[in-house]
Amino acid sequence: MRPLKETPSQTAGPYVHIGLMPGAAGVAGDAHELGHDIAGPDAEGPRIRIEGRVIDGTGTPVRDAVIEVWQANAAGIHAGPGATVEPGFRGWGRVATDPASGGFAIDTVKPGAVPGPGPGERMQAPHLSLWIVARGINLGLHTRLYFDDEPEANAADPVLSLIEWETRRATLIAARAPDNDALYRFDIRLQGADETVFFEV
Amino acid sequence: MTTPFYPRDPLRHPPALTPGYKTSVARSPRAPLIAIDPTLSELTGPSFGPGDIAPGDNDLLTNHARAGESPIGERIILHGAVRDENARPVPGTLVEIWQANAGGRYRHHRDGYLAPLDPNFGGCGRALTDAEGYFAFRTVKPGAYPWRNTPNSWRPAHVHLSLFGTGFAQRLITQCYFEGDPLIAHCAIAQTLPDPRGIEALTARLDLAATLPFDAIAWRFDIVLRGRRETPFENRP
Repeated sequence: MRPLKETPSQTAGPYVHIGLMPGAAGVAGDAHELGHDIAGPDAEGPRIRIEGRVIDGTGTPVRDAVIEVWQANAAGIHAGPGATVEPGFRGWGRVATDPASGGFAIDTVKPGAVPGPGPGERMQAPHLSLWIVARGINLGLHTRLYFDDEPEANAADPVLSLIEWETRRATLIAARAPDNDALYRFDIRLQGADETVFFEV
Repeated sequence: MTTPFYPRDPLRHPPALTPGYKTSVARSPRAPLIAIDPTLSELTGPSFGPGDIAPGDNDLLTNHARAGESPIGERIILHGAVRDENARPVPGTLVEIWQANAGGRYRHHRDGYLAPLDPNFGGCGRALTDAEGYFAFRTVKPGAYPWRNTPNSWRPAHVHLSLFGTGFAQRLITQCYFEGDPLIAHCAIAQTLPDPRGIEALTARLDLAATLPFDAIAWRFDIVLRGRRETPFENRP
């Protein structure tokens, strides 16, 4: 059994940017912003941009959120000890919602399919793992972003398949722009009728 | 690194909806979280190395101060060990902190508190844990400050901390309070924790043994991240 108990979570609060994105927060002289480069210029695969907003239960944009991204590369491999990914691919990054509009934009490469849970099981559809923190969020929220131009892979995805309500499943699917193959739209709704599915991971 | 984590203990963390902390009301999901079998997407996570931090990043007394100057306030050392639930050290993991200055003011466009900014204090730092999971920051003790919750709400002195571990499922942001602060009992955010032992776990202890005489008071704050099960995929059908 576990000899120690996990340290409890507390909200990231309104000033989270100072700690996680000090350059963007305007704290002078910080030359080492972490998480601005999910996929550097040398990363392989199609470059994409995801735009969206985080919206609260009243329909108001959440203007002080930070979203972290963790994803596989175009070959479906997560970076890390023992993993071989191309130089320039980190697979991790963070973006803040805009203090005026509440919008965010994630620039990355489209990930490949990733092996599913358990040995020898089916593949997971291409997806980003997202973690959302903000003032008023007591424990960071885990969700996923899938792509609407992967209908077959999505239909076979072992995580999406766990969500029995098709309407809720749809909250995890980013929509490709009609006029731009590299642009997707993805809104995160913290609460309400179209509440995004959040996971216990 | 594909061994599943122990599930989170829901009584250890605040629930999403904590009406005493009013901002949580419109920002809390109402549908239950959907539990998923752990996959590589949660069992792996970003890793960090010496290239991600610069020397002095863990010294908030100097990292945003003008040459030869230092911030106003009580000089402290905030240090501790990062371990997992199996009591194993978590080495080489990134610890990021942020805090108000000694007057209780953050260097942030949204903070309009009366207390002045300190030109020598940025309020953020980062460190990598060593082989034993140990980390240390030098900073000033943050001040208490008012916030808009009830008409007379004050945050106890606290430092925010962000932690990674080795899997994205371990990702954690928390706050550390200081032993003996009477505001903790009145803080709606500290009181979101369902179990008083949780507040104990978030309270840094005076550490006289590590205190530097005539220099800085040390406070000890140990952190526990989720641990991995001993056997991959145990108890699976």
